[in-house]
Amino acid sequence: MLKTKEVEFNYDNQMFFKFQNIDLNSNENLLIIGESGVGKTTLMHLLAGLLKSNSGSIKLFDKELNQMSSYQLDSFRKNNIGIVFQRPHFVNSLTVKENLQLAQYIANKNDNTRIESILKNLNIFEKSNKKTNQLSQGEKQRVSIALAIVNSPKLILADEPTSSLDDNNCSKVIKLLKKQATDFGAQLIVITHDSRLKKHFKKSIEL
Amino acid sequence: MNIFKLSIKNIFNKPLSSSISLALLVLGVGIISLLLQLNTLIKDQMDNNLRGIDMVVGAKGSPLQLILSSVYHIDSPTGNISLAEAETISNNRMVGSSIKILYGDNYKGFRIVGAEKKFIELYKGVIKEGKDWDNPYEVLVGSKVYEKLKINLGDELISSHGLRETGQSHDEGTFKVVGLLKPSNSVIDQLIITSPQSVWDIHETHDHDEHENENEHEHEHENEHEHEHDNREITAMLIKFKSPMNIIQFPRQINENTNLQAAVPSYEISRLFKLFGFGIETLSYLAYLIIIVSGFSLFINLFNSMRERKYEMALIRTLGASRFQLSTMIIFESLVLTISGFILGLLFSRFGVMFVSSLMEESINYNLNSLKILNEEYWLLGLSVLIGVVSSLIPAIQVYKMNISKILADA
Repeated sequence: MLKTKEVEFNYDNQMFFKFQNIDLNSNENLLIIGESGVGKTTLMHLLAGLLKSNSGSIKLFDKELNQMSSYQLDSFRKNNIGIVFQRPHFVNSLTVKENLQLAQYIANKNDNTRIESILKNLNIFEKSNKKTNQLSQGEKQRVSIALAIVNSPKLILADEPTSSLDDNNCSKVIKLLKKQATDFGAQLIVITHDSRLKKHFKKSIEL
Repeated sequence: MNIFKLSIKNIFNKPLSSSISLALLVLGVGIISLLLQLNTLIKDQMDNNLRGIDMVVGAKGSPLQLILSSVYHIDSPTGNISLAEAETISNNRMVGSSIKILYGDNYKGFRIVGAEKKFIELYKGVIKEGKDWDNPYEVLVGSKVYEKLKINLGDELISSHGLRETGQSHDEGTFKVVGLLKPSNSVIDQLIITSPQSVWDIHETHDHDEHENENEHEHEHENEHEHEHDNREITAMLIKFKSPMNIIQFPRQINENTNLQAAVPSYEISRLFKLFGFGIETLSYLAYLIIIVSGFSLFINLFNSMRERKYEMALIRTLGASRFQLSTMIIFESLVLTISGFILGLLFSRFGVMFVSSLMEESINYNLNSLKILNEEYWLLGLSVLIGVVSSLIPAIQVYKMNISKILADA
């Protein structure tokens, strides 16, 4: 499903990252763990097609990301990848439901029943018509998971989803993520420095 | 949900910052449109009432005043001229046709004009009810007069002396309404028209009172109707020439060789428009300046909101929106504001025109009620769209070139 080879990236010739090869089969989840400054976010952006590597190859769902144009990457991302950010971001002028509708519109979809079922599954259905700045931190995190899975991605990328949480909430969130991935048939890759997550994943690599 | 809806939601999410740019644009567009409308309406109204009158002859004084009083019926006349002198001019071979008019009285602020019947033909007046006048003291009433004063056929109108409401009233000045005129969209709508004889008759007795002790006139007054060389007077004479060429020479001859004044309406009106055209021009420059400032305010507005919303933009990109879609959203936001500014500006100017015309109707019985969209206003729409695009161009390009990875990594 995911195969990377000799991926290198440098920012303005100053920071240089060379990533180890990843080989992930279908139906497997993956934990990528590493200290600050080893290029975790960079790797995630490379996998999401937000950045292009300088050399090497990233093969995701049999497509070579490095050979795609920026427009093709946008299109690939909306059809295949859902991203959960370390800090949740939303369109502030829209309600929870409208944020999800916007995500669907971008992917040329329109399915309110799916939005309802996702929100119910995440226990935030009653917040549908609230503006996102009226939500609590926990609710925001769940809405950002909803945004990541609303277009039925085949892969969910999560960047430090648990770094600011206590042990109890940490395990709640990672279980929730795994459950959502399973429920909606997606694979999960979590990138983090949080070693508490190791016990939740069968497969992990260290950067 | 779509990009257009999102733009509108974004605007309403920050109503304060959007409304300042909007208010400036409404003001700018509104002022320009108001000036254009008023200018056009007044010009149309003036041209419409000109009716091919080439020259007006009246008493010496301001030529503009002569035109305003005897063609547009909005100023006081310069004075009276003797009928005999007027006849000499109307018999000149250069004169195609002439209409004598005379003033004296008003009825509740509306002027009573003594005029030859050709006067009504000139303005294509058509009798709606009743008949033409046959005898002195019979009047035809213009549409605005009877609508406003609720005058019916057969009513008797007691006139007051002078052209304004507060004159002394003549006991003997009782006119009988014999006809109502259809609306003609010309000056006769606000006039009460009667035969010259009626006005002479009233003022004969009236002047008589005034000049009671002036022996030199007394004799003439008594025999007025039979007298060959009477001293009857008229206020002005509207003249059409046989050939347009005469307009150059004839007015000068009158002004130099007689104690009458000849004025050319088209010339005086263009002079008038030049006079207040200067004011209009200055004001419209100011309004264009306001529009440009509104463009700047819009730009600053969008620019700041881009910075505030950069994570939002990055999120929308990661959801798979293209750079192009995101830039379109910014331009949409700007266009929604400028186009609604344009529409509100036009509404503003229409209310302005209605307000001004209600003011004018009260003071000078003129009415400007046509609210079509002028060609220049389509230009204003173009300008608004241009302002919308230009002020959103830099923010849109910024969004297009935005490095989403960097923004997200900094978060």
